[in-house]
This record gives sequence, C-alpha cells and structure tokens, in this order.
Amino acid sequence: MSIRPLALALLMALSLAPAAWADVRGQAKEQVEFGIQVAQRGLWKEAIYRWERAAQIDPTYAAAFNNLAVAYEHEGQLAKARAAYEKALALDPNNALVRQNYDLFKEINDRAAQKDGRQL
Amino acid sequence: MTARLKKTAVSCSLALLAISVACTSYTEIPIETPIQPKLDVTPFQRVFIAGFIAGANEDVDANMETVRLLRSQLRNKGIMRVIDADTLPLIDVARQANGGENLPPAPDQQAVQPPQDQEKAPVINDEKDLEQYQHIFANVAYWKRIGEEYQQPLIVTGAVLFAPQQKSGFVQREQESYDPFGRRIVVPVRTYMERKGFVLRPTFIFIDGRTGETLHSETFREEILYNASQQTPALSSYFELMDRLLPAFLNTLSAQKIKGTRTLLK
Repeated sequence: MSIRPLALALLMALSLAPAAWADVRGQAKEQVEFGIQVAQRGLWKEAIYRWERAAQIDPTYAAAFNNLAVAYEHEGQLAKARAAYEKALALDPNNALVRQNYDLFKEINDRAAQKDGRQL
Repeated sequence: MTARLKKTAVSCSLALLAISVACTSYTEIPIETPIQPKLDVTPFQRVFIAGFIAGANEDVDANMETVRLLRSQLRNKGIMRVIDADTLPLIDVARQANGGENLPPAPDQQAVQPPQDQEKAPVINDEKDLEQYQHIFANVAYWKRIGEEYQQPLIVTGAVLFAPQQKSGFVQREQESYDPFGRRIVVPVRTYMERKGFVLRPTFIFIDGRTGETLHSETFREEILYNASQQTPALSSYFELMDRLLPAFLNTLSAQKIKGTRTLLK
C-alpha cells in the first residue's frame, strides 16, 4: 500500500531528471558562451571566472574545462591548465579538438619545464 | 601491412576529427603563453658577454659572432644593461692555467701580452677538443676577479662549436605529379642524397660576477643540411641556426611570450 506513492515519486523524479539536466547544461552553456565573447575581447580574467562558474554548474561539461585550460595557459598558469585539459579529456576522450589543444600545450609546457640545462 | 595499418589509423583519426568538428561548435582564438625566465637576474643590473671558447672555423669566427649577436639581442630587448668591453682571451687563459699557474692573470695583465708570445689558434672541432679548456669555467677565483673588474655583473660565457658536416642517406621528399584526370597529386618519394651543412652546438654558462660561481648552464644543438650542390655561406648558416635557439637563450634571462592558437568549444 505504501509502495505506491513512493513509486510515483520515483517515476516523477525520473521524468523530470532530463529536464533538470538540460537546465543545468543550459546555464553552463550560457556562461561558456559569454566567456568566449569576453575572451575574444581580451578579457581573460572575466573569461576564467565565467568558465569556472560553468564548470561548477555542470562538472561534466568538457567544453568548460577545455576553455578554462586555454585561459589558464594564456595567463601562464601551466599547472592549472594541465589539470583542466586532463579533466576535459577525461570527460570527452574522443574529442580531437581538445586533444589538439592539449598536444600544443604540452609542447610549450615541456619547453618551460626544461629549467635546468645539461651541464657542460 | 604496417603501411596499411598506418593508412587506416590516419583515416580513422581524420574521420574522428571530422565528426567532432561537425558535432561541436567551436571558435579559434590566438593566445600568448608567458614562460617564466629560468634564471633570477634581479640581483644583477648589468650583463657581460665575456666570450666563448670556439672552434677555429675558416669562414666564421664563432666566438666574435656569438658575442656580437648576444650583445645586440640583449640590448634590443632591453633586458639588462650590456657591458661593452673586449672579450676575454679564454683559450690563452685556460692554457696558462694548464701551464701550472694557480691563477690566470687579470684582464688588464692579459691585455698587455705581446701577440707574438701567443700560440697559434688551436683546432677545436668537437667536444673532445674542448675538454682541455673547460676547467676555466669552474675557476671561481678567476671569474670573481673578472666580476670585480666589471662591477659584479652577470657573466655569460661558454663554448661554441660550429663545424661543417656531411651526411648521405635516404631522404623523404615530396614529388609532384598529375593523374590521368589532370589532378595534381603529391607523392612522398625516398631518394638517396649526399648532403652537407653545418652543426652548431653552443653551451651558455651563466656566472655570478659577485662570487664567480656558475649559476646555470645550458647546451643546445642545431644542425642544417643542404643539397651537396648548393653553395650556402657558412655565416648565413650560422645565423640561421642561432636564430632557432635565441628564444631559448633569452628565456633564461627574461620572460618570453609564445604565440599560438587554441580552440574554444561551446
């Protein structure tokens, strides 16, 4: 007898879940798009704020982490950039554009890491 | 089999790229990544490019050219004040130290040495030839004294090997042709070629003029090869090779910005 309302509640929750997820993704997407606009105007700090918000709103949104990584790279925060690229790739391993960004980043990061030259 | 596999892998990755590009809304953006300097030069206001132990190349005086180039680069970038002074006769100093003297003479004493007393320029073609002179870079007392002479600057010295080289072997090049429908196709072709060129192997040593201690040292290697029939002046090859490694040299002393393009996703 008491199972019926419970099942109903579960059914309702399940039917509403995609809508809630779409809403979350929509909010994150707004932040990502605004971030792109400001980054194109050179306002990278604002872009970082927007993409960090997007990643908080939807921690499964690979684009937010990819863009965040690009911004960190531009700001010279290479450790943060690496972490963000790796997160983006973990979320979307087959995304060739993220992979390409990461490969370019690694090339620069390796150069920066060569702090100690070979001794004579 | 391997070629077939490679072809399949390339096709797959291209298809993957095409799919992801088609499914993703993206935009390209230029970025400039700042790279922090390798060395903290804040204690120094001036830099002295002291000279290099270099191989005796007929066409290029690698010591003088390197000194001139580094001084002008540092001056143009305004990184530090560059000391304009005669270069040190490092080979002679190293020889004298080898000869049993505990401490090589001070720069002012070196300047009054009559030229006829100096030995013929040594042949330095490889790392082995360099070995007998390298102890000079570890001579803390000598460098400290040079530092005192020039008001304790950052001293840049080292060795520069610039030597001709010849190589022969298979080289892959692209051959252009047209198919029966008149379309241009480019096919990679492996051909055996005799090539000649130059190899540049500089080692830059950064010495603290206050203590005479080595702060940092870095070795680079760049090479260039041309068709055996091509006549390229040694000096232009030298500058081409130095151009490749100058950003890394400058990044030792100052932050550099590396330009690139990245893709932002929606």
